[in-house]
Amino acid sequence: MTNRAYEPGVKPYSELGYYDPDYRPADTDILCCFRVTPQPGVPPQEAAAAVAAESSTGTWTVVWSDLLTDLERYRARCYRLEEVPGQENQYFAYVAYPLDLFEEGSLPNLTSSIVGNVFGFKAVRALRLEDIRIPPIYVKTFQGPPHGIQVERDKLNKYGRPLLGCTIKPKLGLSAKNYGRMVYEALAGGLDFTKDDENINSQSFMRWQDRYLFVMEAVKKAEAETGEAKGHYLNVTAPTMEEIYERAEFAKELGARIIMVDFLTVGFAAHASLSKWCRKNGVLLHLHRAMHAVIDRQKNHGIHWRVLAKWARLVGGDHVHNGTVVGKLEADRQATIGVNDLLRENFIPADITRGIFFDQDWASMPGMFPVASGGIHVWHMPDLVTIFGDDAVLQFGGGTLGHPWGNRAGATANRVALEAIIQARNEGRNIIAEGRQILEKAARWSPELRAAMETWREVRFEFEAVDTLDLARSGD
Amino acid sequence: MKTIIRTETFSYLPPFTEEEVERQIEYILRQGWTPMVEYTDRPGPDNRYWRLWKLPLFTAKGPAEVMAELRACREANPDCYIKLVGYDPKRQLTVVSFVVYRPTEEAI
Repeated sequence: MTNRAYEPGVKPYSELGYYDPDYRPADTDILCCFRVTPQPGVPPQEAAAAVAAESSTGTWTVVWSDLLTDLERYRARCYRLEEVPGQENQYFAYVAYPLDLFEEGSLPNLTSSIVGNVFGFKAVRALRLEDIRIPPIYVKTFQGPPHGIQVERDKLNKYGRPLLGCTIKPKLGLSAKNYGRMVYEALAGGLDFTKDDENINSQSFMRWQDRYLFVMEAVKKAEAETGEAKGHYLNVTAPTMEEIYERAEFAKELGARIIMVDFLTVGFAAHASLSKWCRKNGVLLHLHRAMHAVIDRQKNHGIHWRVLAKWARLVGGDHVHNGTVVGKLEADRQATIGVNDLLRENFIPADITRGIFFDQDWASMPGMFPVASGGIHVWHMPDLVTIFGDDAVLQFGGGTLGHPWGNRAGATANRVALEAIIQARNEGRNIIAEGRQILEKAARWSPELRAAMETWREVRFEFEAVDTLDLARSGD
Repeated sequence: MKTIIRTETFSYLPPFTEEEVERQIEYILRQGWTPMVEYTDRPGPDNRYWRLWKLPLFTAKGPAEVMAELRACREANPDCYIKLVGYDPKRQLTVVSFVVYRPTEEAI
């Protein structure tokens, strides 16, 4: 080993080893793909090297203590750089991080590193984390979903179809007694789950203890009436971790099968603690994702939803919201399907047509249910079953509560539509081509479905997605 | 107030004809899954172990064999709920499950 001299001063990051196109990533490296928009005058190699440097060992100037360690071992490197198809001055920078940079089982640590300071760094005009490859060796330092798809199905005894849910509306302002009524009607009508909305926590019109008591009476009543397991996602999102635990404990005491938390707004550490609590206590965990669009919607800056979804699986929930493609909320079709796979499958190969930049091996970590929610109704059922398959929760809020005869009938309409489509799919019929015919046939004997189909016949949400995939056209 | 047991998939559809049941059995066999017959006189949200009718039908070749077992189970247990299950050993997961016969006295 040759001694090096301390040469103080500012050097381009790309000359300090942070840009290294010859580097071959190790199987144990954490890999990230960033979309980098350099500031005018900053060469893309330098911008990409800056991203690698600032998210690992580098700082703006050389320091003497750099010589006290072996930075070769700890440095992140941009090992590949390519132009983003169809975009001016944007580059996909692939960065490899040595495993030693990260604390085992700590999402806060991982995120403080790779999406920390660097996103405010002046040399880049905008920066987006598009995808992350979490190597199995690091995956294994997490336990993931408290239960996972298979155990949830076994606990609830619900098989061979997507599960059905509904968010109770109006989202704010109902008393606990009235709220419980809405839960009871929807569950007794045929849904599997009802849900607190994200901003239902513990306000003066409905304190959490009151809500939990009335809701659990409603759940038990619906179970007794139908003979099926039912759940209401009791939101335990609260101001402090102590209060989150207090609410979760009370829900468990009342026999709740499932609770929910807003995993981004409570923070990654709080989410991790609650995920562990749920596994320990045998309570399913539903993840809401308020704030995600602040982080993931803009194409050139932030974090893509697929990355947040991977983190959600790593830390663990049994359900998490994903786009619907056909409903009222933003989502590119192929990207949504890609995220469904990332949430549910064990090995997901890189497939740029679905926005997946890296192979992802989950090392047998349980999968979680994607939840399709927002502006969907009975007419969407053939599309939803085709896009999501069986292992998903389809949540019809307005599409249940807005039924002309009320939400019991709305719930029955959704359940009938779903089961008719599943029956036809299993029989080998083409549910997209024959969807209308299948639903119309069921509506002949189900008045609830007929009324729903008449109500929502013409409702569509046809807007271009903002966050689309940038793909090279064939022949480019 | 009469309680209608809605347990399992397809419980919101009209009872299946034999032909419709056979088509679901074909689906199970086509996917390479294992059909099984289970029955109980007490279905409910927390009854996860219904009694198995014989062993899972590991070697079933066609719907007729499975239908025969469903009928035999029905004959021996006219007061029970009898369900057809499709099981995927690779995922250790039930992938189809629905009640084919209901107790004789429970008319819907």
